[in-house]
Amino acid sequence: MIIDLPRFVKTEKPYWDELQELLHEIEAESERRMPLAAIQRLHYLYERCSADLARLNTFSTEPRLQAYLESLVSRAYSEIHETRAPMRLRWKSLLLSFPRAFRRHLGAFQLSLAVTLVGCAFGWFVMMQDPQSKAVLMPFRQLMVSPSERVAKEEAAGPDRLTGVKATFSAELMSNNIRVTMLAMAAGITWGVGTLLVLFSNGVSLGAVMQDYVAGGQSTFLAAWLLPHGSIEIPAILLGGQAGFILAGALIGWGSHRSRTERFRLVAGDLLTIVAGAACMLVWAGIVEAFVSQYHRPVIPYGLKIGFGICELIALSAFFGWAGRESQ
Amino acid sequence: MSSSRKNALMIETPEGVVFSYELATPVTRALAWAVDAAVIGAVSTTAAKLAQAFSILSPDWAKGLGVILYFVISTGYAMVFEWRWRGQTLGKRVMGLRVIDAQGLRLQFSQIAVRNLLRPVDTLPLFYLVGGITSLLNRHGQRLGDLAANTVVAHQTSRLQPDLDQIAPARYNSLLAYPQLAARLRSLASPEAVGIAVRALTQRDGYDPPARVELFRDLGAYFRSLVRFPDVAVEGLTDEQYVRSALRVIYGGSGGANTPVCRVETPLDAFRASTESRPAQ
Repeated sequence: MIIDLPRFVKTEKPYWDELQELLHEIEAESERRMPLAAIQRLHYLYERCSADLARLNTFSTEPRLQAYLESLVSRAYSEIHETRAPMRLRWKSLLLSFPRAFRRHLGAFQLSLAVTLVGCAFGWFVMMQDPQSKAVLMPFRQLMVSPSERVAKEEAAGPDRLTGVKATFSAELMSNNIRVTMLAMAAGITWGVGTLLVLFSNGVSLGAVMQDYVAGGQSTFLAAWLLPHGSIEIPAILLGGQAGFILAGALIGWGSHRSRTERFRLVAGDLLTIVAGAACMLVWAGIVEAFVSQYHRPVIPYGLKIGFGICELIALSAFFGWAGRESQ
Repeated sequence: MSSSRKNALMIETPEGVVFSYELATPVTRALAWAVDAAVIGAVSTTAAKLAQAFSILSPDWAKGLGVILYFVISTGYAMVFEWRWRGQTLGKRVMGLRVIDAQGLRLQFSQIAVRNLLRPVDTLPLFYLVGGITSLLNRHGQRLGDLAANTVVAHQTSRLQPDLDQIAPARYNSLLAYPQLAARLRSLASPEAVGIAVRALTQRDGYDPPARVELFRDLGAYFRSLVRFPDVAVEGLTDEQYVRSALRVIYGGSGGANTPVCRVETPLDAFRASTESRPAQ
């Protein structure tokens, strides 16, 4: 209880002003390392203002002063009680955090892969049983023609088939694929059902296309067409699915004694890392798809394209399997 | 105090002190979003125009650049602004809103990224229907992205120091000449009435003159009904001055009477004075 408000204000005001100034400095430059004395002073000022607020709370006749003190205490609180380190851009650790986050949630990735494979098998099976379903299953219109016709047409096309639209095509591929990956992650908030649907439908299209070309005797063309970009693009979308399942896992929280808030807090960093990493992969895949994948035999030999795709896949596996492992 | 404040996020510190954030309503958030959408539209149109300039070199690359710029601006706008401006986009700044951590801690970049990455789901099927319904059902008005990122959107708290002189100006106060009566006034005045009086005084310039006169007449009548001061102390005081003096008495303010008009000499007189001033019941 405050007996004498003016005296209270007069005695405490210098501390409020000091805290305000200190907070202003800290907020402007959050990465600054403060000397011990300054930290101790900040803590003292915070406790003093907290005590002032508590005294004022018991006698709530001064709403604006209370609001002012609340703003001071809340700002100081968020600076003092924050234990997570502020984000710093260190390229090496940023790069290594990607495979580390991936390995921490390997189960979610396996689930993502499994759902896609089931979708693939389903697409394959449906195409095998009923080739007429192509109209429903194929993701792009140019896949509607028979594989052998397309191969003949593609191989007859000159080297400058995409001249004038390559960069636009590449940019559209990148932004669309990144959107799909982000959606696969965000859809995890529906307890994973949304992610499941995105991955499954993706798998169905992939399986249907594969069956169509394999049945048409164009396996080599298919591999040469898909591998250069697909060996990066498909894993990236699987990573989006992995992020979606991580989010769903945190939402559901089987057998976890932690609160939902805490579970979300724990996975937030990994979610961001995985989605950002997948987006980078899709930029690469977009470039490769527009500038390499669409050129066929006379221009680029199939062996070279397949070899390039396999090399990418090996490099990617090595990166996810081993990068950053020793120092962990 | 905490139970009476609705639509607020209360945070209790380990020291046992409670502070609060006033949560944003869906309407204010929608307005902020409209401002942001307009900004994104304007910036991406400008960017597309700039990208067009490159079409002298290659129309294809110019178009590709336009596609990428649009994607980067529409996806990154909220993330970059909320990160650089500690939880505010342009729209939120205009509407006086801020994204804060639901535990009152410092907002992390990962939280900002997650809440914005989940935005596409919140906008489903159109006009933020999913996010809107979720925030109406949620105690803290969080959309799905806020739930996953553990953030809330609150009104920006005032960081300005109030005019402390308004509350306690150091002036001569005739009522303080009667310490016993003053003590009695202090003990009888209800905190609610004192709160109303303080607000009336701090916001006095915001009232119409007739309304102000009426308000202070009512408040003055209330304080006069608690304790009756001798006429010599209240002579010439307007209702508003009376309320000011009464408040300074209640807060035990400085600026007391240096030259008391009258002093109660004996305990008996003091007793008599206090019984005389008992309000009519």
